[in-house]
Amino acid sequence: MSGAFRLAAGGRIDRAAPLRFRFDGRPYEGLKGDTLASALLANGMHLVGRSLKYHRPRGIVAAGADEPNAIVQVGEGAWTQPNARATEVELYDGLVARNVTAWPGVGFDLGAAASLLSPLLVAGFYYKTFMAPGRWWRRLYEPALRRMAGLGRAPAAPDPDVYDKRHAHADVLVVGAGPAGLAAALAAARTGARVMLADEQAEFGGALLSEGDEIDGRPALEWVGRAAAELASLPEVVPLPRATVFGYYDHNYLAIAERRADHLGPGAPPGLARRRLWRVRARRVVLATGAHERPLVFADNDRPGVMLASAVRAYLNRYAVAPGRRAVVFTNNDDAYRTAFDLADAGIELAAVVDARSHPAGERVGEARRRGIEVLAGSALTGTRGRRRVAAVEVRRLDPGGSAVEGPARTLACDLVAVSGGWSPAVHLFSQSQGTLRFDEARACFVPDRAAQAVRPAGAANGTFTLAGCLAEGLAAGAAAARLAGFGDGTAPPAPLVRTARDGPIRPLWFVPSGRPAARDGGRHFVDLQADVTAADIRLAAREGLDSVEHVKRYTAAGMGTDQGKTANVNALALLSQAVGRPIAGTGTTTFRPPYTPVGFGLLAGRDRGELFDPVRVTPMHAWHVAHGAVFEDVGQWKRPLYYPRAGEDMAAAVARECRAARGGVAALDATTLGKIDIRGPDAAAFLDRVYTNAWARLGLGQCRYGMMCGQDGMVLDDGVTTRLAPDRFLMTTTTGNAARVLDWLEEWLQTEWPGLRVYCTSVTEQWATVAIVGPRAREVLGPLAPGLALDNEGFPFMTLREAEVAGIPARVFRISFTGELSFEVNVPAWHGLALWEAVMRAGEPFGITPYGTEAMHVLRAEKGFIIVGQETDGTVTPLDLGMDWIVSRTKDFIGKRSLLRPDASRPDRKQLVGLLPEDPGEVLPEGAQLVAARPARAIGLKAGRPIPMIGHVTSSYSSAALGRSFALALVKGGRGRIGATVYAPLVGRTLAARIVEPVFYDREGKRRNG
Amino acid sequence: MLLIPCPWCGPRDESEFRYGGEAHIGAPANPGSLSDADWADYLFMRNNPKGWFRERWMHAQGCRRWFNAVRHTVSNEIAAVYRMGEPPPPAPGPGREGET
Ligand SMILES: [Zn+2]
Repeated sequence: MSGAFRLAAGGRIDRAAPLRFRFDGRPYEGLKGDTLASALLANGMHLVGRSLKYHRPRGIVAAGADEPNAIVQVGEGAWTQPNARATEVELYDGLVARNVTAWPGVGFDLGAAASLLSPLLVAGFYYKTFMAPGRWWRRLYEPALRRMAGLGRAPAAPDPDVYDKRHAHADVLVVGAGPAGLAAALAAARTGARVMLADEQAEFGGALLSEGDEIDGRPALEWVGRAAAELASLPEVVPLPRATVFGYYDHNYLAIAERRADHLGPGAPPGLARRRLWRVRARRVVLATGAHERPLVFADNDRPGVMLASAVRAYLNRYAVAPGRRAVVFTNNDDAYRTAFDLADAGIELAAVVDARSHPAGERVGEARRRGIEVLAGSALTGTRGRRRVAAVEVRRLDPGGSAVEGPARTLACDLVAVSGGWSPAVHLFSQSQGTLRFDEARACFVPDRAAQAVRPAGAANGTFTLAGCLAEGLAAGAAAARLAGFGDGTAPPAPLVRTARDGPIRPLWFVPSGRPAARDGGRHFVDLQADVTAADIRLAAREGLDSVEHVKRYTAAGMGTDQGKTANVNALALLSQAVGRPIAGTGTTTFRPPYTPVGFGLLAGRDRGELFDPVRVTPMHAWHVAHGAVFEDVGQWKRPLYYPRAGEDMAAAVARECRAARGGVAALDATTLGKIDIRGPDAAAFLDRVYTNAWARLGLGQCRYGMMCGQDGMVLDDGVTTRLAPDRFLMTTTTGNAARVLDWLEEWLQTEWPGLRVYCTSVTEQWATVAIVGPRAREVLGPLAPGLALDNEGFPFMTLREAEVAGIPARVFRISFTGELSFEVNVPAWHGLALWEAVMRAGEPFGITPYGTEAMHVLRAEKGFIIVGQETDGTVTPLDLGMDWIVSRTKDFIGKRSLLRPDASRPDRKQLVGLLPEDPGEVLPEGAQLVAARPARAIGLKAGRPIPMIGHVTSSYSSAALGRSFALALVKGGRGRIGATVYAPLVGRTLAARIVEPVFYDREGKRRNG
Repeated sequence: MLLIPCPWCGPRDESEFRYGGEAHIGAPANPGSLSDADWADYLFMRNNPKGWFRERWMHAQGCRRWFNAVRHTVSNEIAAVYRMGEPPPPAPGPGREGET
């Protein structure tokens, strides 16, 4: 048996397919076709959570995406999803779910504690309550806020599911497959246009799935079936059920979350992507997103058993579930009378229809009276009773103005209250597309006004609430969209026949007085059930001067839950309008933002996780590094060996050994990742003169030069060695992480400012592999490998290029040095990179050649005072700050020169590059440590002391094998004038002192580069 | 995600492009003759209008060409694109709103 409240007949559920599930640890049974919500209701479970602030019991209110209360966590362990709406969770066998709002549990009534806290939880409590005292923060506020901020729990283990992404183009994208959407899709598809039809539900039909409507004299679902079958038969149509269009972005770009395996649970076939993210560029969009019913705001309207009237119909008709045994309908419009009829037809006792209108006279009202249903016109619910479920309501007469109730109260026993305050078109996507809204007084709702993109709303989303109107508007919108996309002549197919009831007008009623004095009424009139915001909160915000709807939203948190206030927003802004005495049209709505319903991160990440998160670039020698135990570091997307530890070595020992080899014997570095740009053209030299701070025109063939680039602001952008390969050709090298940026920079100037220069730039980083052979014995290694190449200082001078065969491979050999040692950088086509590396390691074996990584490279260059862009510079450092005046030409113009002439660039207190020698040679200063001029009176700690002026910071800091001590580079205000002075690095609990020195620590004469 | 019509490649997703700020800010021919204030004005000051804006884009993941576009900063409508060095088209009328 699938629950005591299951009706004997009807519904779109499969009575032969029982499904077991657990909610909050208890076992239940439902049927195929149920949602978790309908299955719970079939078992008599209304209470599914506790409210956020006041811990009041809360029940299922809606039957779709608008559900504010029934927020559940589905699944267990790694396979779990927070913040799902029970009304949208399709039941499967073995489903496990628990409520996420009730702490410590649904049944446990926190009662006393909640009411104790409630004075603290009024509107603006985020801003008021948490100001003081400070010690309360850690003990009370933070734990409370954490519980309140996130409704679900993120899984602790990696998501075991696979998620897909697809890109699609559509001539017409129709959102929503209710009557208007199906009609639009049919009209568009029949023209041959490429049509996508996306709907959030498991089957097409929209509201028709929950209603007993007729089309052409037959059950409406027969028409739905025919329409769906016709669409499925057309080759250019993509029907997407279980697909929520959650975002409408610029230029008709929409995002769809398709749920492909959620309804199968953890037992879904392996390999089937759980969800698929569609990114659709549509020529035209038809928004047939339907409408959401509004609750009425009356006292204690949050008691479980109080539901939307349309939701009651959905549970009765679609799921064959009786949401109660004895019902009261409370409405201000004719539409809710349908609920009364459906309840009566299902054999459920109907206490009365309470109608706020004094003289309701629509066709359905007449029918109710004919059926003998008691209609209490001009009346309102002034309160509800019951512990965990409504047990009775109180009815009084509403005065004609709607601002007070009068006369005696009548109590009606009931366990279900079906409420309708009218309908709000689901304008979320239209509004996301930047379309404007307009308040329609007659229909008492916001409707789409002006579109900002190629979009057209249709049906209930457009404020057209009759079935006949939805069908006609859908057909017209679909045909028009197809024509604008280039298909058909825009003629809408004939609309099917539907009878429309003659409804009377709605009576807007935004607040139902309870009979208490007006000033004290509204504290239990809930406007936003999920954010636990009452009418009194809205009024308090207005009294405190917040009259903008955006401010009130943030102050009260109304509309800020995971449901984005789908049932709450219009009531909230109407109450605000009343409170400040302004028409609703003048208040406007808050901004609708994506996503329409919550979207899991897994969907957005798709396959871009783990190794596929970001491309990994490796050099041709990577396999050798791996095989030889290298520890890698990420440099941009590159994997570079950081050091090569030997057995028993820690990082410090390995780096010291690698440094000693480079300084005392021979060592090798894989320098392939250095950015390389081939610059060609008759004006190449003139171009380099403009982009580098130093002069290039007279650089000889085969000569290398160190260059520095600045931005237009005069700050260092990049540096590197560039070589003249031919009169009209240079090879530029850049910092590893900056290669793409520098190429962009060069191309920008060539294309936008200097189109007359005949220069072409080509990235050749990946075309060449580079091995640097470094150390006093470098010649002994390279010599046998390149027998045709003279290696002595005269035959192959420093800062020159030679082309030669190295290990039988055609190579460019550069005699340049980033370590201060004798050094040859051998470049070969990347294909030969590994062969060259292995040949070098073999040839170097007799000399103890040592592969070294980037850490040793950094130590060696820092010992020489060579800067690294991005480490010694941070976008605020000029070449002059680095003490590199010699590289800045006084005679020619270059990018950034004008900025270097500003007085600010020569301010004596600018931060300048200096060296630091810590007082304790065993202490390595932390990189980034701030420096102060005088030793602080006491060690800094977590308690704030007097502020100390900071004069600089450490940029690079290492322990040096060559120096036998620690050293550092730093940027210090007026640093060059402080040489010899002592500075202090205050760290937590201790202060380190260091002496300022020249920033070159090793071989200041530069003799070692000649070997 | 804008759909940007590259004058060389046709319409492509915004994610293929790099933004380049306001167009038609030529680098001064002789920066040395500019006062510090004028140089700072060239370097740092840009218009930020609500409405039509001539701006630079680069098709970074495509042809790698810089070009100019006329975009409405509220509606994001792109009224025209034109190649570097071409004169800007006349200013469009008020931004398109409403195409139902
Ligand atoms: Zn292009």
